[in-house]
Amino acid sequence: MANPAAKTDPLEARLAGLTLPEGAVWARAARAAALTRLRGMGLPGKRDEYWKFTDPASLNQPTAPRAKCFVTDEAPPFSEMDRLRIVFVDGVFDAAASDDLVMEGVEIELLADAMARDIHWARDLYGVLETRGQSPVTRPHAALNTAYAENGVVIRATGRAPRPISLIYLHGSESSDAILHHVVKVEDGASLTILENGPAAARFSKSMEVEIGDEAAFHHIRLQGRDHERRAATHMFARLGARAAYKSFTLTVNGVLTRNEQVVELTGDNALAHIAGAALGDGATGDFHHDDTVFVTHDAVDCESRQVFKKVLRNGAEGVFQGKILVKPEAQKTDGYQLSQALLLDDNASFQAKPELEIYADDVQCSHGSTTGAIDEEALFYLRARGVPEGAATDLLVLAFLAESIDEIEDETLRADILTRLQGWLDRHRG
Amino acid sequence: MLEIKNLHVSLEEEDKEILKGVDLHVEAGKVHAIMGPNGSGKSTLSYVLSGKGGYEVTSGGATLKGADLLEMDPEERAAAGLFLAFQYPVEIPGVGNMTFLRTAVNAQRKARGEEEMTAAEFLKVIRAKAKELKIDADMLKRPVNVGFSGGEKKRNEILQMAMLEPSMCILDETDSGLDVDAMKLVAEGVNALRDEGRGFLVITHYQRLLDHIQPDVVHIMAAGRIVKSGGPELALEVEQNGYADILAEVA
Repeated sequence: MANPAAKTDPLEARLAGLTLPEGAVWARAARAAALTRLRGMGLPGKRDEYWKFTDPASLNQPTAPRAKCFVTDEAPPFSEMDRLRIVFVDGVFDAAASDDLVMEGVEIELLADAMARDIHWARDLYGVLETRGQSPVTRPHAALNTAYAENGVVIRATGRAPRPISLIYLHGSESSDAILHHVVKVEDGASLTILENGPAAARFSKSMEVEIGDEAAFHHIRLQGRDHERRAATHMFARLGARAAYKSFTLTVNGVLTRNEQVVELTGDNALAHIAGAALGDGATGDFHHDDTVFVTHDAVDCESRQVFKKVLRNGAEGVFQGKILVKPEAQKTDGYQLSQALLLDDNASFQAKPELEIYADDVQCSHGSTTGAIDEEALFYLRARGVPEGAATDLLVLAFLAESIDEIEDETLRADILTRLQGWLDRHRG
Repeated sequence: MLEIKNLHVSLEEEDKEILKGVDLHVEAGKVHAIMGPNGSGKSTLSYVLSGKGGYEVTSGGATLKGADLLEMDPEERAAAGLFLAFQYPVEIPGVGNMTFLRTAVNAQRKARGEEEMTAAEFLKVIRAKAKELKIDADMLKRPVNVGFSGGEKKRNEILQMAMLEPSMCILDETDSGLDVDAMKLVAEGVNALRDEGRGFLVITHYQRLLDHIQPDVVHIMAAGRIVKSGGPELALEVEQNGYADILAEVA
């Protein structure tokens, strides 16, 4: 190996407990290639520029740090919705808790089944978007995921999916270390919504590769559960065809460490990508570190991308945003927008942002803004002077702050569900 | 209704006394006006009464219907019946005007142990009151005061007052920034609320507002004190001769 021993050793220690899963020839080759990629880059270190604000140590270490399982009597998210449920407990598919994997206009297979056979569209996608996403910035944990993931689903929508697919990630063991890899193909003109919710495990590595064909639409809504001690490193890789749409919203409350990476490539003209997130952390109920790292590449004409990330932090909670828009020379008439904002409810919370624009085309519109602020005292007094108690007035202002990200959720039922969760969190975390 | 006794107030940040012994008694059913030159402490008085931070009451007190105002949080004062129409209404992006008002109305009702208003009931009442103030449906839906003109902001204040039905209304330079028509509209809104159970304290620079809202008592405030009180004719005197004569007379 050409790599310095200092970088390889922790990696080999990390890999020692893992076994490359069996599968068809193509699958074994894809995994071996991922492993080679991983060995080439090594695990991320604190000194890596891309991990400057988030310490990867607990993601790198051989075993998952323990995390208590959160238990609540409350109805889980999306309960009221007609959806196809696919349940994983500590990263392992639970057939008994899941619905039959049958839906009109959609093919659904478990990853392990797909990788034992030769399903061409799965073969053409598994690890492919991840590989593309390794340049110009490396994402070692995504390569590790591609190499070792045994569980996950492969989904191919050939028409308009009649209802959302709901991936439910339950956390049952305090020491679970889960790796899930999903592959999604939305064929030309098709549409699909995927819902994800739950913490999944004490430590969770998740990749989703999404290929969106011409005039196809993919919607993604995610809630990362309420467990305080869980850790997660997730990757969304998406590639869009002409006039395709990708819309993703993530709500994160609690969690000692979350690193959500999104790598989105607009490769067909007139495509549109909206990526949004709201994260709320209160250090008083457990350490909280949330990192949104986004990389959007415009490689076609007249595409629109929008990033809207909001964070509400208090009592030592930490927020990170790293967002980049790369506009390639041919990507004329690009409309790129990026907003990352943090509302710090006290002096102990912190937010670090690294917005980046790299533009090689001359006829583009790109803007980015990043702000860190406190509750507007004038507005707070105005509300209180009208009789709204301080706690409720603060909540109103917090919700107003989050509104621009929540509004990215198109579906009203889903938006209402997210708002209910948000209000619940606010009620439990009155300052 | 509102009783202010020997009220002394300093700025918290700097050791500067703004109010130097204000005495004032506004009876139920009466309209009192306070006029005075810039920097006399008129707005400070309104802020201190409504509970804004940054001020320190060094002596004296203020009661509303016998209850100690200064001991209460701003929201408790509001629930007790105090209302301040702001000189500069605050813009709150992201909070809908309707949501805001309904939250306020119901928070006050809850604090007083009254039944909350249903959405339908609220809608009916606010539509009627908005119409009287020529506030259209679009303004109700928009975020609080965002993108409102000066006149719209002031009409929105009066709408809030009409919805909250306070017993003691303080209007802080509600006429500033209004043209004659807007001022008439605002004055009509205020006059519609005048009744025997309600007191008003109207703070203004100019006599012209008092043409439309007829005061029972006019006070002149200067250098943190009420220096002269009288009937409506006092306002006319200010209009004709300015404050100089009055200030010289009481000096």
